[in-house]
Amino acid sequence: MGIAFKSRVTAPQLPSRPAYGDNRTGTHLPPRAGSLNGVIVPEQPGKNAIEVRGVRKVFGTGENQVAALDTVSVSIRENEFFTLLGPSGCGKTTLLRLIAGFDFPSAGEILLHGQDIAPLPPFKRPVNTVFQSYALFPHMTVAQNIGFGLEMLGKPKGEIEARVAQMLKLVKMEALKARRTSQISGGQQQRVALARALAPQPKVLLLDEPLSALDYKLRKEMQIELKRLQHETGITFIFVTHDQEEALTMSDRIAVMSAGKILQVGSPRDIYDRPAERFVADFIGETNFLAGTVVSKKPGVATVKFASNATITAGYPEGFHPSGDVTLVVRPEHADLVPDPAKGTITGTLSNIVYFGTDTHYHVKLDGGDENFIVRHQNSRSNPVIYETGAKVGIQFEEDAARVLKD
Amino acid sequence: MTTATLSPATLSKAAFFEAQAVKAGARRNRLLSLPALIIIGIFGVLPLLIICVYSFLVAAPYGGVQWQFSTDAYLNFLFQRDIFDDTLQFTPDFLIIYLRSFLFAVVTTVICLLLGFPTAYFMATRPPAQRNWWVLLITIPFWSNLLVRTLAIMFIIRDEGLINNALLALGVIDKPITMLYTNFAIQLGLLYAFLPFMVLPLYSSLEKLDFRLIEAAYDLYATRRQVLWRVIIPLSKPGIIAGCLLVFIPALGAYVTPLILGGGVHLMIGDLIAQQFGSGRNWPLGCAQALILMAAVLVALFFYVRNTSGKVQHG
Repeated sequence: MGIAFKSRVTAPQLPSRPAYGDNRTGTHLPPRAGSLNGVIVPEQPGKNAIEVRGVRKVFGTGENQVAALDTVSVSIRENEFFTLLGPSGCGKTTLLRLIAGFDFPSAGEILLHGQDIAPLPPFKRPVNTVFQSYALFPHMTVAQNIGFGLEMLGKPKGEIEARVAQMLKLVKMEALKARRTSQISGGQQQRVALARALAPQPKVLLLDEPLSALDYKLRKEMQIELKRLQHETGITFIFVTHDQEEALTMSDRIAVMSAGKILQVGSPRDIYDRPAERFVADFIGETNFLAGTVVSKKPGVATVKFASNATITAGYPEGFHPSGDVTLVVRPEHADLVPDPAKGTITGTLSNIVYFGTDTHYHVKLDGGDENFIVRHQNSRSNPVIYETGAKVGIQFEEDAARVLKD
Repeated sequence: MTTATLSPATLSKAAFFEAQAVKAGARRNRLLSLPALIIIGIFGVLPLLIICVYSFLVAAPYGGVQWQFSTDAYLNFLFQRDIFDDTLQFTPDFLIIYLRSFLFAVVTTVICLLLGFPTAYFMATRPPAQRNWWVLLITIPFWSNLLVRTLAIMFIIRDEGLINNALLALGVIDKPITMLYTNFAIQLGLLYAFLPFMVLPLYSSLEKLDFRLIEAAYDLYATRRQVLWRVIIPLSKPGIIAGCLLVFIPALGAYVTPLILGGGVHLMIGDLIAQQFGSGRNWPLGCAQALILMAAVLVALFFYVRNTSGKVQHG
């Protein structure tokens, strides 16, 4: 796959941002409220494409009741690549299904450009989904699959054909348009699923772990492809994944979910560098956890003392008041080894060195306890490995490396 | 060892043994299919050949056949030989019976499909643990003899039967509605007898349906009706075809049900053929009628399959 987007993209006839009201009617009419073929056309283009307000979803009844979503609120901006990230069972797919209309919330409302769509059936929402299983129609050709949504909207035949051709070009599947979906590879099916969902020009595209069935290389390719498609179509993407790397590389913003709740919403950098909770820090990337005691506190910064009596200043999230015994988190790449233990904030014995090609992980067994600490070194020609296992080492922290988090 | 080190002689030897092994495998496969072939031969092909041969012979006066070639049986199907001047006269009697049977079979198939599809869909959308119970319920009628079940229908619909008595008691009617020994009775009996044969193949087809496709269709603005016509029905086509064949073909040759519920007044193909071997004592005619029926079904099937094979393959 190429790296430069611009050079390899022969821009299809899509406006980078669809003109409002244009999507359903196919004509350049001024924005208007109401519906076309029963599919709603939202009244006002708002700043937020989707607004989820206090949504609860409970499955089962009585004793067996499970809250898959526990009063979730989140705003997704227009033209945003928004990712719902979390382990399986965290409620991310449930939330996606509520937005798509396959399930209805037990409480709360879901606004699309300011209009509550929560009670509408899926076929009345200008929202399309790319399914994890792709769910392509096996009795139709590639082109018929892509045209299905437009056909159901009652578009004229000529318009459907033109649009299908456009989509085929967009996902580079022109050559295979007459094939059955069973006669194309997984990666190609993925592209068809994308084209099918994009063809009716939805306000919001929902993607339910669409890359999980692809092998590593193809997944990398499709990640770039997805970003390109989002950029070119200007459609809001809501992407569900449990793959933190995927989330970090693709998203404009990420919502980290666990046990039916949204724990933190922010840019990939925010989420990675300033996790709001221990779960977020633990789920995304590798993290070291250190026990310490808060000795003093200024707004936003706490001074924490280790068992070794060394102290460190650490930031903490807003609205959290650390005190007493706390857990510090430090990213492996935000710490450094020093050969002289006396120069380190904390000290320990090098127990293991793991070479990863691009970088090296040093596992340090900390003095005065069983805690392990991992330091990551970027490998380079000028940065040779000078340590050996068994050596006594010190660990230094970069500024702002440590954070105090809620357990 | 890599292939580069193998001499051409070794390679050809290897190829020889491989070919031998493939042949042996094919021989073994043929051997394994022998029992099935024998059964098909003895119980399928041989009786058919006998019927075929008999249809070209002359009827013996007291049943059986005389070994003398004749095409009378086939001529008799459409024509009657005048006793005096030996000329052939067209008589549509048998044809009418065939058409009537055909009509009954078509109506049975269509109504079974209309009733069976929602039933099968309902069954297929139950939780997996529940489905087996529904299948069991559908198959329960098979546990008792068709004759018994047909007689039971007779008792329900006759003039002094359950329905008429109930309606009389409720004052809805003041004299019994005659249902027994009518076309209605035959149709009812056929529907009752063949409905499970429609439901089961439909169910097995719908059970395999990927319901995520239905969600995908809803997502792509298809209404419930469009989902049914554009996704569910095309994808359950194999089940629809299997069910229709399983109902249509036996319904066409149904014997017991029309005989009992129709009271022998409204003849159908099955009764007609049975008659030739019984009171008619015309075995060749019976054989010819059976073969004509089979040929008609085969021709219809041939055209049906040819017209739909492309769609079936991918459904």
